[in-house]
Amino acid sequence: MDTGYSATHRPETFRDETFRGEFSYANSPENIRHFPFPFHEDAYRYSVNIEPHVPGRPGSAFEHLIDVDEHYLAEMADRAQVLAEDPLRYQALPHMMLAQWDTLELLMEEQARAYPHLFTLERNGDQWRWINRPLGIDDTFTFGDPSTLPREPLDYICRQTQGDIALMDQRDGNLWLDAGMITAQADWSLDFDVGMNFHEWHAPVPLAPQMGVFDRALKYLLNLQLGKPVRRLNWTMTINPRLDTSPENYPKWGPDRTTVTPENVGQKVHLRVELQSLWRLPRSNGMLFVIRSYMMRMDEVVTVPKWGRRLPRVLETLPEELASYKGLSRYRQTTIDWLKRHDDGAPTSPGIFPD
Amino acid sequence: MSDDLQMRVTALVDEAAGIRRVRLEPVAGGPLPAFSGGAHVVVAMRDGDVTRRNPYSLCCDPEDRTGYEIAVARAAASRGGSAFIHERLAVGDVLVVGAPTNLFQPDWRAKKHILVAGGIGITPFVAMMAQFARAGLAFELHYAVRSRAAAAFAGVLQDRYGPRVKIYAADEGARLPLAVLVQNQPLGTHLYTCGPERLMEAVLDTARQAGWPEQALHAEHFMAPPPGDPFSVTLANSGREVAVGPDQSLLEALEAAGINPRYLCRGGVCGECATRVVEFRGTILHGDHFLTPEERAESRTIMICMSRFVGDRLVLDL
Repeated sequence: MDTGYSATHRPETFRDETFRGEFSYANSPENIRHFPFPFHEDAYRYSVNIEPHVPGRPGSAFEHLIDVDEHYLAEMADRAQVLAEDPLRYQALPHMMLAQWDTLELLMEEQARAYPHLFTLERNGDQWRWINRPLGIDDTFTFGDPSTLPREPLDYICRQTQGDIALMDQRDGNLWLDAGMITAQADWSLDFDVGMNFHEWHAPVPLAPQMGVFDRALKYLLNLQLGKPVRRLNWTMTINPRLDTSPENYPKWGPDRTTVTPENVGQKVHLRVELQSLWRLPRSNGMLFVIRSYMMRMDEVVTVPKWGRRLPRVLETLPEELASYKGLSRYRQTTIDWLKRHDDGAPTSPGIFPD
Repeated sequence: MSDDLQMRVTALVDEAAGIRRVRLEPVAGGPLPAFSGGAHVVVAMRDGDVTRRNPYSLCCDPEDRTGYEIAVARAAASRGGSAFIHERLAVGDVLVVGAPTNLFQPDWRAKKHILVAGGIGITPFVAMMAQFARAGLAFELHYAVRSRAAAAFAGVLQDRYGPRVKIYAADEGARLPLAVLVQNQPLGTHLYTCGPERLMEAVLDTARQAGWPEQALHAEHFMAPPPGDPFSVTLANSGREVAVGPDQSLLEALEAAGINPRYLCRGGVCGECATRVVEFRGTILHGDHFLTPEERAESRTIMICMSRFVGDRLVLDL
């Protein structure tokens, strides 16, 4: 374990905010620069874009392998509310217990390593003590014995980790989505997909099957190695900073898309980025899929000049099938028109980080 | 690979006649990752001016984070790796070990696990049984050996697991009761076998004839790369020609030439070293368990860890 670790991104205060109701969610200036802007260039290009998940630029969302930021407490509160209303957002098939423990260990280790001022993990053989200061938790339990935790291990640790979590079992040359906690999804549902294999749960994605993308991605993932996690960025847009855009709640968030006007684009339209990481799990040989969602409204995006120039250019080149799949069709042009006012036509530098 | 671990040999123990167990502990200290039963590591050994890289199943408790153990049988016709471990490796030596990789993991849905080992095929099951026992899962081991003296781990496994371990010594006239084993098992039982190819085929055939579904049958087909006639390969990207010796795999010849193709298992199972065949005049001798019969017939892809070539021109996309 690293000692004397000093991090650049070191959240100490957490925003009091909501992802529903009055939608008080916002990003501080520091957190805007922390955002994983997903576009390397001015045009949209489809790619699987997988790269090693290794610690990246200090201060960015890539600095630590499991990222904690100023939204931690608010996201955990929103998650608890979603679970209280719909317990099926957490599911774990019985054969996933070993993978649950693998995940608990990994998430505790990574968070304690990166943020020692927030989390502490003490291990004495199978007797473990976990301290989560922001949430006021101090629990001692026996690793491997579910009866010593207040909830199943996956349920327990996911309620203390930003990002949705899916656990996959590997068998018969495929990956099976057999457990997870999904409360902040971009229009998909664990309850629909649980028990499906890799091809089944990707079936709705347009164009990609014909391109053979999923066969290649599956083959790559089946050989994912212990200790060598990988990551990719995915993105969409959400109207209002709503974390829970699940199919179950479509009646709540679907109509939001009709409310975008040229006047409210800056406040209402949010770029939503998923930093997805994939990890081979040690004891179960299963796979952990962390889907960490970040949202930033257009007003905030344009405070970074490079991003304000690039985003409208990317949106203009997005194929209509994908715009439709991502649910952007209705407000795409309105958003481009608004963003264009912030594009002075200057060239942008390569890469995703601010200049 | 840069993430490989430097590990020191801390114990060399003859587990049985011709089987040596090697304990490896990280030079840098610190806990190792736990692993899953059935996992292997690729061990790189510096033997004079040759680097030998062989895959070996991990045969210790996956929760022992202080070291990894492998067990190596002295091969009748060693390509060098087993002879090196039996004759030249010493306590204190440092080997380079890759991350554990599992191509033989248990199916965690199983109601019961039946393990059938032959000889050195016992190694992946030692780790599996530790996991099954800890999780309270039902399992039994059926272990076929030439003689009790050649039965590595037999004593320790019987001590740990009692009647769940059954040993069949050929020199005592005991045979694996395969037909009985596959009958009347609870629905949802999974069967795993590792050992000589003939044993594994017999196990799998018996189960299939008894109506077992393919998804419940698991076999570890690790083999050493087959020897054969020397040949040469041309690399499309550089035009370079590389000679492959009779006891060398294509992958090993490329590595010796300073090229580092991707690999995981080095045993023809994982598909990681799949390489596109740009052109060939002759016959590719597919030695892997990865490609389908159709893919073998087309020969547009070759698994360079196990396959050889007979002919006058082979050009690979490297």
